[in-house]
Amino acid sequence: MSTTTDQDPDDVLLRQTGRTGDRVIGFLASGSGILVIATVVAVGVFLLWQAIPSILADQVPFLTSREWNVQNPDDLRFGILDLAWTTILSSVMAMVIAVPIAIGIAIFITQYAPRQIAKPIASLVDLLAAVPSIVYGLWGIQVFAPAMKPFGDWLSETVGWFPLFAPGLTSPGTVYSIGLVLAIMILPIITAISREVYDQTPLLHKEAALALGATKWEMVRTTVLPFGRPGVISASMLGLGRALGETMAVVIILSKPAPGSEFNPSIFAGGETFASKIANNAAEFDSPEKTGAYIAAGLVLFVMTFIVNAIARSIIAKRKDFTE
Amino acid sequence: MSKTIEATNVNVYYGKFLAVEGVSMHIAKNAVTAFIGPSGCGKTTFIRSLNRMIETIPGGRVEGRIEMNGVNILDEEVDPVAVRRDVGMVFQRPNPFPTMSIFENVVAGLKLNGIKSKQVLRDTAEEALRSANLWDEVKDRLDRPGAGLSGGQQQRLCIARAIAVKPDVLLMDEPCSALDPISTLAIEDLIMNLKREYTVVIVTHNMQQASRVSDTTAFFTLSAVGEPGHLIEMGTTEKIFSTPTEKATEDYITGRFG
Amino acid sequence: MSTTAQQRNSPESPSSLTPVTGRRRLVDRMMRVVVFCAFLLAIIPLVWVLWITISRGISLVITPEWWTTSMRNVGPNDYGGGAAAAIQGTLMQAGIATLIAVPVGVLAGIYLVEYHDKPFVKPASFMTDVLTGIPSIVSGLFIYALFITTLGFNRMGLLVSLALALLMVPVVVRGTEEMLRIVPNELREASYALGVSRYKTITKVVLPTAMSGIITTIMLGIARIMGETAPLLILVGYTASLNPNPFQGEQAALPLMINVERGNPLPPGQERAWAAALTLILIVMLLNIGARFISRFSGIKR
Repeated sequence: MSTTTDQDPDDVLLRQTGRTGDRVIGFLASGSGILVIATVVAVGVFLLWQAIPSILADQVPFLTSREWNVQNPDDLRFGILDLAWTTILSSVMAMVIAVPIAIGIAIFITQYAPRQIAKPIASLVDLLAAVPSIVYGLWGIQVFAPAMKPFGDWLSETVGWFPLFAPGLTSPGTVYSIGLVLAIMILPIITAISREVYDQTPLLHKEAALALGATKWEMVRTTVLPFGRPGVISASMLGLGRALGETMAVVIILSKPAPGSEFNPSIFAGGETFASKIANNAAEFDSPEKTGAYIAAGLVLFVMTFIVNAIARSIIAKRKDFTE
Repeated sequence: MSKTIEATNVNVYYGKFLAVEGVSMHIAKNAVTAFIGPSGCGKTTFIRSLNRMIETIPGGRVEGRIEMNGVNILDEEVDPVAVRRDVGMVFQRPNPFPTMSIFENVVAGLKLNGIKSKQVLRDTAEEALRSANLWDEVKDRLDRPGAGLSGGQQQRLCIARAIAVKPDVLLMDEPCSALDPISTLAIEDLIMNLKREYTVVIVTHNMQQASRVSDTTAFFTLSAVGEPGHLIEMGTTEKIFSTPTEKATEDYITGRFG
Repeated sequence: MSTTAQQRNSPESPSSLTPVTGRRRLVDRMMRVVVFCAFLLAIIPLVWVLWITISRGISLVITPEWWTTSMRNVGPNDYGGGAAAAIQGTLMQAGIATLIAVPVGVLAGIYLVEYHDKPFVKPASFMTDVLTGIPSIVSGLFIYALFITTLGFNRMGLLVSLALALLMVPVVVRGTEEMLRIVPNELREASYALGVSRYKTITKVVLPTAMSGIITTIMLGIARIMGETAPLLILVGYTASLNPNPFQGEQAALPLMINVERGNPLPPGQERAWAAALTLILIVMLLNIGARFISRFSGIKR
């Protein structure tokens, strides 16, 4: 750019074509982009910064201890093993239930439902996502979990010899209950993405299967399902991420175990997840060391959801390169 | 194995729209019949009624009679899936199943029909690939993905897939239009061989191809946009291309129209 | 060859076509039923939740007091009072969050699409994805760590808005991005060919075309954050009275009200909890349906 003090005639012309406007909008736009980057970095940095002192002061191994007692800032004892187990157990259970159902719904909507009602039906399923999680929590603990309990009890009686199904709480505040509710909550997102993917199955391949004399289901089985597999896996990962981070429904439904109780790996036990642990103790963030322990738990949750989402994204990216 | 086809007064509808009207024709067995005509005149629509693929499109409907060796395939009692099992189709763009290997592609139809014996599958696959002139090129890589072949090879793979189930009729909807001239010639040679075992019906835009490859030719056209397509004239290829009876046919052949 | 001949000559086949085995037809029919049942399995909980919420909450929601009075001076065993404070709080918190998130989100979306050749675009896109996956509790924790622990602020409504904005930004960015990408490139090229500058092309040509889609996205984003509770638990306290000041003190909000009242085992508390839940769902559903309406009746169709 010239540094002459005279009015550069080109400069005048350029300004009239909107160069300042360009610069302003360009600045704002890139500023926002950079702000997004900075924010995520800040999240990581701040969480780490506040968590590390507490982790260093932790008297028990952070990753493997089952204890959680942070009342005394000089004797912090907190470990995430129980939290990790409950979080993973409930989320995996939710996925195991939600994914097959989501696939079924997506196939129904894209391959079987008449065109006119396919869109309204899809919107209906999407409405499941509009219900706030605290409402799912309320409905869950007061209505749904008690209704599902008899089946759970039967399950525990029949296959209770297997540790996963061993008897646990008598109240409905079990991992089993929250697993079911989480499944309902993550169903819409898995369905929506699976729907999109199945819809994109090239007509050419579907016709090839039909022309060979396949029944409709056989056509779906040989062309649509394999075609959509990467997308569905990615969708499931996103659903998993959502389940891992879910807070309010867990807070309301899942019963806190009594401190010092025995470890019960069963889905019929109570527990706390990373998210619910933090939320349950939110009123007690009085000392930095104590808060730091909870922030450490939050950090672990952040890392977990980050990894799961990264896996989901890498699958989509790989598929994009393949088809484009 | 190869069957004759007798169509009587066939109308094809897409919803309310009549796409093809009043087609009656006789298709000889062990011969190649070509459908020619300008774009949108109904030849693809009609060929797709021969294996009831029209019905896979919402609103698609076929009226009339289409008999194969005397059996009306349009009869209500007849399952369209059964028809498609006996009538094979090759599409304009090669479409091997992308998630399957070459071998799996060829035997896809057989597996659907419950044939499980590895030996039978392997033998049938080899036979089909040989008939499609593809065996030598792929025999060492049968487990590789079907999509990894060139366009011409993919199309021959699709032909092998179609004939592996030993259909009575083979329908080919502009099978060479997405291919280069060398592959096209290869497939045309293949078609001339295939007629020894199958009844072949081929839709083509390319008149030279029709005259090279077919024994009988049928000319379709429309009177105006939005009107249904009709069969104007049908006869031996030699006659159609040298001394057609209808003026419309002659206009098309000589390039004055379409 | 022999198999087909056998099947051909079998007495069961009505025609000389190879029959489709009964088993295949059975499986086909069965799967049709199975996928339909999957669909029902999704609809049942939806109807169930809505039914319970409406039936338990409707009695209070249809009263005018519900919308006009706060919970001030209302004891746990008293009937009466209303959600005015909570509604005000929720609207305010979401409103401020929207005011922050929309400009940042839309501009960032513009950056990703219209300035796609610039250096920070790839990391910004990646980070947006990261933000999409952040659990709401982590967002709350971050704001806590930054503003309360480090900078020494007290709990207040504004912090909630910041945490909610953090959750809303990625939604707006992705939505804006998608809507901008749908705008055909020919439109931009025509504008540039006429000598119109980049910023004018964006503001006068591209944005207006994508606007209805962007508005839809924003509404869906608002609907999402209104239902969030976790950040509120960490960042603001609950009060029964109206507090229109986001910079100070405790503020009511619908999710907090639900949380507080559900802990009250007495009938008035339970009734209020469900009524608050119904109120929240009504607002969220209205936003959702409104968004769909807008996207259907205007803008570019996909």
